[in-house]
Amino acid sequence: MHTIFGIPSQLLFGQLLLGLINGAFYALLSLGLAVIFGLLNIINFSHGAFYMLGAFLAWMLLTYCGIGYWWSLVLAPLIVGALGIAVERLLIARLYRLDPLYGLLLTFGLALVLQGVFRNIYGVSGLPYGIPSALAGGRNLGFMILPNYRAWVIALSLAVSISTWLAIEKTRLGATLRAATENPALVEAFGINVPLFVTVTYGFGVALAALAGVLAAPIYSVNPNMGADLIITVFAVVVIGGLGSILGSIVTGFGLGLAEGLTKVIYPEASSTVIFAIMIVVLLVKPNGLFGKAT
Amino acid sequence: MMRSGPGRLVVAIAMLFAAAGTARAEIAVKVGVLNDRSGIYSDLAGEGSVIAAHMAVEDFKAAEKGIKVDIVSADHQNKPDIGSTIARQWYDQDGVDAILDVPTSSVALAVSQVTREKNKVFIVSGAGASDITGAQCSPNTIHWTYDTYSLAKGTAGAMVKNGGKSWFFLTADYAFGHALERDAAAIVKAAGGSVVDSVNVPFPATDFSSFLLQAQGSKADVIGLANAGGDTINAIKQASEFGIGEGGQKLAGLLVFLSDVHALGLKAAQGLVLTEAFYWDLNEGTRAWSKRFAERAGGKMPTMVHAGAYAGLQHYLKAVEALKSKDPMAVLAKMKATPTDDPIFGKGSIRVDGRTLHDMYLFEVKKPDESKGPYDYYKLITTIPAAEAFRPLNEGSCPLAK
Repeated sequence: MHTIFGIPSQLLFGQLLLGLINGAFYALLSLGLAVIFGLLNIINFSHGAFYMLGAFLAWMLLTYCGIGYWWSLVLAPLIVGALGIAVERLLIARLYRLDPLYGLLLTFGLALVLQGVFRNIYGVSGLPYGIPSALAGGRNLGFMILPNYRAWVIALSLAVSISTWLAIEKTRLGATLRAATENPALVEAFGINVPLFVTVTYGFGVALAALAGVLAAPIYSVNPNMGADLIITVFAVVVIGGLGSILGSIVTGFGLGLAEGLTKVIYPEASSTVIFAIMIVVLLVKPNGLFGKAT
Repeated sequence: MMRSGPGRLVVAIAMLFAAAGTARAEIAVKVGVLNDRSGIYSDLAGEGSVIAAHMAVEDFKAAEKGIKVDIVSADHQNKPDIGSTIARQWYDQDGVDAILDVPTSSVALAVSQVTREKNKVFIVSGAGASDITGAQCSPNTIHWTYDTYSLAKGTAGAMVKNGGKSWFFLTADYAFGHALERDAAAIVKAAGGSVVDSVNVPFPATDFSSFLLQAQGSKADVIGLANAGGDTINAIKQASEFGIGEGGQKLAGLLVFLSDVHALGLKAAQGLVLTEAFYWDLNEGTRAWSKRFAERAGGKMPTMVHAGAYAGLQHYLKAVEALKSKDPMAVLAKMKATPTDDPIFGKGSIRVDGRTLHDMYLFEVKKPDESKGPYDYYKLITTIPAAEAFRPLNEGSCPLAK
């Protein structure tokens, strides 16, 4: 059997692929964070809670309304996105003139409240949510069995990540949006409704988190703490990628998934900390992150 | 201003009588339920253990027997430093006499040390590491409900007997996981099986796919899950995705609680073999008690941890009643000298090392079509008698046993 770094190559390929799948979740979540921070300058600590809400909505739609996975994939992000818009309008909008720290405190508090409410109602053990029958099973790649569902997760999150990047960097709408955040007064002078832009962007970023939540529901336990467990890692991803850099968040999301996957074979005990070790090194060498612009 | 003369004398005598009166009629006991109230173990312990403690006091009719019991509770967040800080504060400043429950073995071991230092009473019903009555045993600690040895004995013993000879362990990387792996590996080897390999998974974890893949690659007959709560749920949920089971490999959930099976759903959990100290649907006594518990716990059936908190506290109160004192050493000696007897665990005893001995049960999780509804989850395979279920006294290397 071939070995690479003393690891059987079959095992290594399998782990790399799994790392990519985890990276898909990191990418999707950090993308939403990067969009919100890059364009609105809000450090959205409630992102993990919105991710959790997405998963719970998928479960609720199925349990209370009989609506299956595929519709949830559309409906849950829409509902959570709408909730995000309400939050932005009613709460966050009042803090734009203050130090960004207040936004951080508000969104962090919001996350704690949401988690607490769900914990009280549903407990922490989680709720069962099955893999949709069309994606059940897996195919044998020779070096591992790749579950169809996980292949779908990679494909969808790659597609969503790339389209988001294209929409913001390459379209006229995206250009307006970037201009609006750079110099709101000037853009408003052209007759563009800047606050509306900002609100919709926040809603979109939050909807991305909910989408990741629906994707996660069939494979991870649907429980109130699922977002809190993930959000710290995702923040590290955003910091490594460069705060607010959209391309950076996508590339580092997948990249760190890979690094974590490798660690799980070489030294599993460190797999929960490796991302933070990388973060420290990156911050020492490039304080603005890998893709961040110097300010 | 105090009046002088005969008036003052009357007041003084009256106060003396009042003080004597309360001293004769009442012993005030303060019990602290210390557990995870928000994290991954809060369903299997959490508020349920507080409910169980209140039920124990009410069912014991403590007030009628002249014992005033105060119950306080706190969240140790599964962190040993937080747990021992709370324990210290309870003992030093809040007048707590006994601590109950404490899931998460690393926290339980820390609280056990503090309890010994302060000479109080610690009744563990939530944590599992057999070290609690082994090398790190304490005269002040009583270990109720279950431990890693008894779990391993039940589940691993049964799996090896059914042909699961070679094992690969997924181990939660802290005291409990290591104890469970150690005890299970010993049982497997003693029964003629072998341990191929093991991997330490950071605690708590969400994604088990990498570790499951390593286990799958090992071609071991059995993948032993030396973890608990949310970790076990995630691991079992993800195992079926990767075709584990179809390839002939079996999963052994070494510690699976009723609340875990409820969260997994029978479709994912069916066929799992597991060991528990308690199940609500065992007999009249357990059914009646569990029904009352569920009424107070929003319909949730109790786990064995809740049952242990109830039975442990009642046994403590029995000792206090018999002695008419809450002196820790006297109460502990009385608890160990008195056979345990309650409708939940049946008859049993407490050993000198603090281990409570009672029957354990090997269950199999029902298929969805065998279950009549929520919480109808287990089929009893065998009852493991108290004498066989736990680690023999001389094998635990507890200094108290010598």
